Amino acid sequence: MEEPRQDSVETLVEVRDLTKHFGPIQAVDGISFSLRRGDVLGFLGPNGAGKTTAMKMITGFLEPDHGTVRVAGFEVAEDSLAVRRQIGYLPENAPAYGEMTVTGFLTFVARLRRLPDLSAAVDRAIGRTGLEGVREQSIETLSKGFKRRVGLAQALIHDPAVLILDEPTDGLDPNQKAVVHQLIGELAADTAIILSTHILEEVERVCNRAIVVSRGKILEDSTPAELIARTGNLTDTFRQITQGVAA
Amino acid sequence: MRGERFVGLAAVFRRELGSYFSSPLGYIFLVIFLLASGYLTLSRDFGRFLELRQASLDPFFQYIPWLFVVLVPAVAMRLWAEERKSGTVELLLSLPVTLPGAYLGKFLAGWAFLGIALVLTWPVVYQVARLGDPDWGPIFTGYLACGLAAAAFLAVGLFFSALTQNQVVAFILGVAASVVFLLLGLPQSQQTVGQYFGGYTEELVTALSLVDHFSTLTRGLLSLGSVLFFVLFTVGWLLAGMLVLERTKAQ
Repeated sequence: MEEPRQDSVETLVEVRDLTKHFGPIQAVDGISFSLRRGDVLGFLGPNGAGKTTAMKMITGFLEPDHGTVRVAGFEVAEDSLAVRRQIGYLPENAPAYGEMTVTGFLTFVARLRRLPDLSAAVDRAIGRTGLEGVREQSIETLSKGFKRRVGLAQALIHDPAVLILDEPTDGLDPNQKAVVHQLIGELAADTAIILSTHILEEVERVCNRAIVVSRGKILEDSTPAELIARTGNLTDTFRQITQGVAA
Repeated sequence: MRGERFVGLAAVFRRELGSYFSSPLGYIFLVIFLLASGYLTLSRDFGRFLELRQASLDPFFQYIPWLFVVLVPAVAMRLWAEERKSGTVELLLSLPVTLPGAYLGKFLAGWAFLGIALVLTWPVVYQVARLGDPDWGPIFTGYLACGLAAAAFLAVGLFFSALTQNQVVAFILGVAASVVFLLLGLPQSQQTVGQYFGGYTEELVTALSLVDHFSTLTRGLLSLGSVLFFVLFTVGWLLAGMLVLERTKAQ
């Protein structure tokens, strides 16, 4: 492992003291971290830990109470549109317009992103996610695995610098998971990826960094290997960190 | 933001307008609108178009607001409620769009769809022109009034669509609110308000009455005040809807 360089070009995501509450609930409480190109960050934590809320703030969907987010040199609070152009985002459950065909939906996203050649971009995204066989099918008729791939295709259609994937493999069967993992591996070299999950093997397989969040706070910022080394396996370490359960 | 206030408008407009025609709902709406407006125009109990023996579209225009009360909320209801229910709002508003851009894109798509519905009423224009020698001024201002009324009711419906995740609730609230604005136009309700609150309240209600401004225009009077009323009414509801969506989008 090389030491982190202070190279601003390579630092793609910089989150400082990100905070958000909904009424009395402190959803995200002072989260800070940064990511460089090539990082695949596993965002771990029990359900309701604030992972999704933190991701929504990085994408500019939600405004933080305070704290800053910089993506590829742009500040979310100042230039949310520039940040959105750099990010590909797969929201939880991969929502998509069910009545549209795969091609129609991806064309819509490509048009919103003002890509120069719509059909070339759509074809490429379809090719990368293996959607060729269903491209003219309406999204609501697709299986869960294909729907997830449509969500991924939409997220990577503009070759984003940063990919934010909220539970990208939730509810998929092992084969479908393997496809998604392979895709993440292919994308990892050129991007910074944040993926939230509560599937611990996933972190071991695809991530080179891991952050454990609970009740809105970062409890651990480390690597999967290091977390495993602590107790011998990731599950025990995870439980130890998030619940204080002795291994 | 600097000139980037309505980013995403065109793409959202295109998608939404297309989606009216990719489901049966759009066609069902058009058929119902055309049958109902035709019936109300020709029926002996309502428009009495043929009995009146006048080359005028008054019998047609007269009932349009009452049709819109029920039908426009149906056009508006899914625009935001469905996005929020299915979670696509999170995707849409994380793409490079601004909230006003997406909001107006949807509004204009709904308005264009209603415009298509109005254009499809051309046979009634064709018939008055064939049977008589109509005064074209009121026909022009009448269609303008229909377009403005469509925008006004659509802005109301869109507001309620942004307020709730449930399309049916959005529809019912949209109809209820639109009915209230139409009832303000009845002389009875204006008098009642005048009697209860006295003073200038009767005039105030009359000035706020959608129907009165609508019929000013259908009579052929291109009144700036009436046009302005519809524009301000629409813009007001659009702004309120954007504020609501800003708060409800994350729930």
